[in-house]
Amino acid sequence: MSDATKTIEIEVLRYRPEQDAEPVLQTFQVPFTDDMSVLQGLQYIKDYLDGTVSFRWSCRMAICGSCGMMINGKPELSCKTFLRQYYPGKLRVEALAHFPIERDLVVSIDDFVEKLETIKPYIIPREPRALDAGEYLQTPAELAQYEQFSSCINCLLCYAACPQYGMNPSFTGPAALALLHRYNADSRDGGKAQRMELVNSEEGVWSCTLVGYCSEVCPKGVDPARAINMNKTNSALDYFLRFVLPKGTAK
Amino acid sequence: MSARKPYVRPMAGWWRRNPYYVRYMIMEATSVIVAIYAVILLIGVWRLSQGQVPYEMWLNSLRQPLAVVFHGFLLLAMCYHAYTWWKVLPKTLPLIHFGDKPVPGLLLSTAGWTATLVASAAIYATVRWCGL
Repeated sequence: MSDATKTIEIEVLRYRPEQDAEPVLQTFQVPFTDDMSVLQGLQYIKDYLDGTVSFRWSCRMAICGSCGMMINGKPELSCKTFLRQYYPGKLRVEALAHFPIERDLVVSIDDFVEKLETIKPYIIPREPRALDAGEYLQTPAELAQYEQFSSCINCLLCYAACPQYGMNPSFTGPAALALLHRYNADSRDGGKAQRMELVNSEEGVWSCTLVGYCSEVCPKGVDPARAINMNKTNSALDYFLRFVLPKGTAK
Repeated sequence: MSARKPYVRPMAGWWRRNPYYVRYMIMEATSVIVAIYAVILLIGVWRLSQGQVPYEMWLNSLRQPLAVVFHGFLLLAMCYHAYTWWKVLPKTLPLIHFGDKPVPGLLLSTAGWTATLVASAAIYATVRWCGL
């Protein structure tokens, strides 16, 4: 920190369940250099100013998906957002919106983890395949149908961007539905019929009203709004086709 | 005993928290404008079914200064609605690839905006040509 001549004000939304009835803002003056991320600013606070500030982080390079938080009201990965962007102004750091706050910047993500299980996020083979049948072959065009949706790192910025999830936590939500589509769109997968039941349900794609902010905030270029809204067409087709096809899965 | 006490933040006033949400709410509100305009046109059809005089009365009511100002407002809202309609179009389509390159969403939206402008101009020209 050789040229740490600048100081920025960081407001942190604190919530200590043992002493706070509701979250309160605490202000810190943090010296910084141009290459410091918001996460590094928080680490400075924890190391030198207040060791009780709690936050999650791991990789520091936008791949683990742990350090998502609201920075000046926007869902961002704190490792991918730099303090210099806010200087000479100040910045406010809050726990990821729409999730219950566990402590300070740590939210409870149990709800998402449960939802992730319900979409069956794994390839369900069409028929049993012996090892000596070799690997699956896939064309670049088949890969392109799901590749971007497989970039999701479960950082949950899209849930913090989704007011429908905030108002109705039973909604399966952007990341889980984008991952659902990632498997449905995979030419190796045969589990679409099983997943359509969830797509068609009230908690599935129909709780989305296409606000579209989920796709704006995604740090990995995934387009959950597209995954969800193109599945409204699939869901409508699935609904009408059950009248003409046997064994429809729509309920 | 668990010391956990997860805090759930209220959602009241959520749409004022972010300019993106404000624009979304305006987009949604313009759907109501579209519905109002559809009702006005339906009334016209209904008046037409009653004969020439009721239809002329409906046309005259639309020429009142207040009605003209109101229609100006409706037109602006309809334009914004058409703009946002095509803007979100790419989100509703399956992934389209041209060769091995994905077709950019902006290209699809631009095609929609162009179609709207061409269709509107064609209808306007037809109405003028019929002398209405």
